[in-house]
Amino acid sequence: MDALAFDLAHLLAGCLVLLSFTMLYQDRLYALLNVFALQAVALSLSVAWQAWIQGAPHLYVTAAIALVFKAIIIPVTLHRVVAKLGIHREVETVVSVGPTMLAGIGLVALSIVVMLRVTVAADPLAREDIAFALSVVLLGLLMMITRRNAVSQVVGFMSIENGLILAAAGAKGMPLVVEISVAFSVLVALIVIGVFLFRIRERFDTVDVAALDRFQGERR
Amino acid sequence: MSIAIDGLGLILIVPAASAAALALISDYRLSARLNMLASFVTLISALSLLFSKSEPGPYLNVDDLNIVFIVLTALVGFTTSVFSASYIGHELETGRLSPPHLRFYHAMYQALLFSMNLALAANNIGVMWVAIEMATLTTVLMVGLYRTREAIEAAWKYFILGSVGIAFALFGTILVYMAARPVVGEGFDGMIWTVLIERVSAFDPALLDVAFVFLLLGYGTKVGLAPLHAWLPDAHAEGPTPISAVLSGLLLNVALYAVLRFKLLLAANPGALAPGPLMATLGLSSLIFAGLMLYRRRDIKRMFAYSSIEHMGIIAFAFGMGGPLANFAGLLHMTMHSLTKSAIFFAVGHIAQVKGTQRIADVRGLTVTHPVLGWGLVMGVIAIAGLPPLGVFTSEFLVVSSTFARQPWLALPLVAGLLVALGALMLRLQGLVFGEPTPDVAPSQASYAPMFAHLALVFVAGIYLPPPLVAWFQHVAGLLG
Repeated sequence: MDALAFDLAHLLAGCLVLLSFTMLYQDRLYALLNVFALQAVALSLSVAWQAWIQGAPHLYVTAAIALVFKAIIIPVTLHRVVAKLGIHREVETVVSVGPTMLAGIGLVALSIVVMLRVTVAADPLAREDIAFALSVVLLGLLMMITRRNAVSQVVGFMSIENGLILAAAGAKGMPLVVEISVAFSVLVALIVIGVFLFRIRERFDTVDVAALDRFQGERR
Repeated sequence: MSIAIDGLGLILIVPAASAAALALISDYRLSARLNMLASFVTLISALSLLFSKSEPGPYLNVDDLNIVFIVLTALVGFTTSVFSASYIGHELETGRLSPPHLRFYHAMYQALLFSMNLALAANNIGVMWVAIEMATLTTVLMVGLYRTREAIEAAWKYFILGSVGIAFALFGTILVYMAARPVVGEGFDGMIWTVLIERVSAFDPALLDVAFVFLLLGYGTKVGLAPLHAWLPDAHAEGPTPISAVLSGLLLNVALYAVLRFKLLLAANPGALAPGPLMATLGLSSLIFAGLMLYRRRDIKRMFAYSSIEHMGIIAFAFGMGGPLANFAGLLHMTMHSLTKSAIFFAVGHIAQVKGTQRIADVRGLTVTHPVLGWGLVMGVIAIAGLPPLGVFTSEFLVVSSTFARQPWLALPLVAGLLVALGALMLRLQGLVFGEPTPDVAPSQASYAPMFAHLALVFVAGIYLPPPLVAWFQHVAGLLG
């Protein structure tokens, strides 16, 4: 395999992981959205590169969806939603940044250990791509758990999705990648519409005792 | 891709076309009838599949395993549409729903049936994933239909947890493809289930193991297995009752079916871990957890939602145990649970309308004021609690006895869980149907036919299982390994 192709693929996939870490310590919603847009650009480049080295033109469609939809439309829309709902204050975190970052490092180490061990037989390009992809997925999950704000949870979910698209693009010759990325885009679009329409500002398990009383699963 | 217009094509085309048509019809009476008609045609087409064998295609396939699920889905889909027609009339009168909501609701109902049929008939693990994602979306939209704060909360919770589950399932699907690629080759074949199952013995077992963990967690979230069940009670309690019936009776089965397909893949690979114990553990923990949680329920729909978690636990446990007898019991229990639970939700839907509340404490003495509805509920709860002579008893008995034969120690927590749940259900049932009646807020205009049709089936199954059905289920149980 061409060494340059290999290195560039890893560079781009590594960028995604790095940007996931960057998202973990953002404490402003606008900044978070900007980092997410950057990650979507990195994803789009990464998928486009995979399309080039695999000679798989349909992956360009996925790359284009990532660029147009996730790097431009979604962040711009969410910017507006945040402004309209008046929640551009600091992001409330459940766990402080230090432990979150440490947990994130642990998750990346875990995914690399697990994935590299089980994919010995797979081709090296896909192998390390999938390890990076799992890291992005787990970091996104960590972000969803540690944030209390609905918008940052949505961003966390979308970064999980970035990881999955990275994995799907890295698995050489995988069919239906375009269909899957379209299906995911529909899902994300609906989530964003949901946040806006229903003005969901917070995750529902708030620390507000009155709310707890009402929403602990039982209505009185 | 060409779909010949046969039964298989019809179970997909009819719901898809009627979803599009219903989105355009604003007269709710007409659309309720059309909804019933479309569901009925789907049922007939599904039944016709029983008599025609088709070759597996690249996208779709009907084999002996999924036909059970398809027929069950079509049947409950049809009866629920009949129930729904009388249910929504009342919701419209009380102003909880408006005609535009109903237009949306009917379109989504058919879209849900379409996506469930697609997930079941898919021969391609990618298509199956997309279909289950679609089913999640349509149900999320319907759970939030009432637009109350609670309904939106429930829909949001379901959305987020369901999406994370869906994401995990996709990761697992990608890993399965990666495991298949060195053996099957690049491209479409690596996702076609019938190709995978033939060649799975040569796949890398380590990769399959990791894939299955992701798939079990992902689709397991949708089944509502214990640590992953948080969305389920809320989604059942806050949405329209026909949706609770379809969720419990069908969608949970569809997710379980996806897990079963991948379990078969793992079981056919000699080096992979045994998927059974994982499923059995999750199943058992769901059973015990839900059994205990039943005692603290104050909301009637939420209570039966926990009961669904309990029963999905039993089914997952039975399939996890494996072997012809346990698989047979699992299949039978799944069928019985779908029929009984949707019948209960039909009753509960009308009860909540008549009494104007879902609080258990505010509903009393149903057998006095509404004998048909009250005794229907009694029969449903007796059935779901697993008392003889109804069908759920037969299947639970088979689960327990096969566990005794194979792993006697596991039978202990299993029986304990069943008894705990039985106690909770009987305790609550007594309050609901006997005692001093509480006042009604609205006249009853229920359609009892769907409920009693289901209960009759469950009753007959408890006494006499027709030999062709037994042979059929035994054959499928043999396939499940």
